[in-house]
Amino acid sequence: MAIAPDTRLAFSPLHRLQWEESQNKYVILYPEGMVELNLPAAETLKLCDGTLTLKEIVLALETQFETSGLWDDIEELVHSALEHGWIRTLS
Amino acid sequence: MAGSEPYPRGNPRWLLAELTYACPLQCPYCSNPIDYAKHSNELSTDDWLRVFTEARAMGAVQLGLSGGEPLIRKDLPELIRHARGLGYYINLITSGYGLSEEKIVALKEAGLDHIQISIQAPEASLNNYLAGTESFEEKKSVARLIKKHGYPMVLCVVIHRENIHLMQEILEMAEELGADYLELANTQYYGWAHINRDQLLPSKEQFEQAEAIAQAYKEKVKGRMKIYYVVPDLYEDRPKACMNGWGTTFLTVAPDGMALPCHEARILPGLNCPNVKDMSIREIWEESDAFNRFRNFEWMQEPCKTCPEKTKDFGGCRCQAFLMTGDMNATDPVCSLSPKRSVVKDAIEHAAISAKEPNQKPLVFRNSKNSKLLDS
Repeated sequence: MAIAPDTRLAFSPLHRLQWEESQNKYVILYPEGMVELNLPAAETLKLCDGTLTLKEIVLALETQFETSGLWDDIEELVHSALEHGWIRTLS
Repeated sequence: MAGSEPYPRGNPRWLLAELTYACPLQCPYCSNPIDYAKHSNELSTDDWLRVFTEARAMGAVQLGLSGGEPLIRKDLPELIRHARGLGYYINLITSGYGLSEEKIVALKEAGLDHIQISIQAPEASLNNYLAGTESFEEKKSVARLIKKHGYPMVLCVVIHRENIHLMQEILEMAEELGADYLELANTQYYGWAHINRDQLLPSKEQFEQAEAIAQAYKEKVKGRMKIYYVVPDLYEDRPKACMNGWGTTFLTVAPDGMALPCHEARILPGLNCPNVKDMSIREIWEESDAFNRFRNFEWMQEPCKTCPEKTKDFGGCRCQAFLMTGDMNATDPVCSLSPKRSVVKDAIEHAAISAKEPNQKPLVFRNSKNSKLLDS
């Protein structure tokens, strides 16, 4: 299901996003578990702070990486993060 | 080529801190050692703070605070505050017994991330019988308070012959309490569970029936409650990759400071586990004999030695091999290729015979009296 561009996204209060120096990557921590993130996933999830909409997140990442056409990739990533419960939508 | 990969190397990621062996409950499947009563000399607060700091510096990120009952430690808030400052994700693994709302709030303020509570059964009389304590109503109210204060809540139910027929009720209870995760932990037969195996081990049919009920429920609660199912390995054909490989990921520190590659390893003869009072965590992890003992494939016997699956399961569990065959270097007898596989078959048959007896041998409850009795 497509996610509306003006949906605001927030990180889940039941998970923690954290930089791990010893692994040199961002990880998501949750009860007795950990997921290691690649760079695009980490940069996207860091922007899910409850204030930005999906459209604004895509724009911010396109600016950050000096590119365009990221919509499809980011939407897919956000969709998967929602399914895992790492982030949630705010109405 | 399969089977030619080197043994995996890594730093500890998971630190299990067993803060105390003291516990108000008496569960007959407790994984604590049978002789726990004689290891009552507990680490000081400063020792624990140093252990947390040293393990974190090596890359440990998940911290389990367990026991016994960790709530008994008066310095729990201080330990949590320090660990959170270091960046650990902190899991409190508790019976829930004695956890007041005030404490739930104070521990959150100190930086606790998550609380796992155990419930023995979905109804009062069986729960209280298994726990050896009137605790059912209190546990349920604690579960609700954990959710009220915004923690993720894991409900852990250990599954065995006394409660496996109540699988549907267990699932409904977990949903009703608002658990984010339900851990259905089929009993692993170590510690107290090992001596009570004849009274606890369900039949294969019982397992299959319970598992089917749990699988169906998974669909019903998808997106709301995750169900973890710890498989009953005596009914498997291949052993588990115990501890994700010896000395690769997990570090347990027992209440008396003994550092263990897994929380059962104290039973292995001649392992000579180091103590955090004598060595740093780095020395323990990198240099101690105990942590290096099975950190390769050299110790293996046949059929493990030449088996292509050895890089996947590392020969299974050393403690299970020792408990069931008397030889800690043997292939885990759960493996259908093990020459000692018959001991698993015998264990299953014994339990089945015991289940049919009108006057079953009573369960041995985990308490100091029995610990001293069995150790003598």
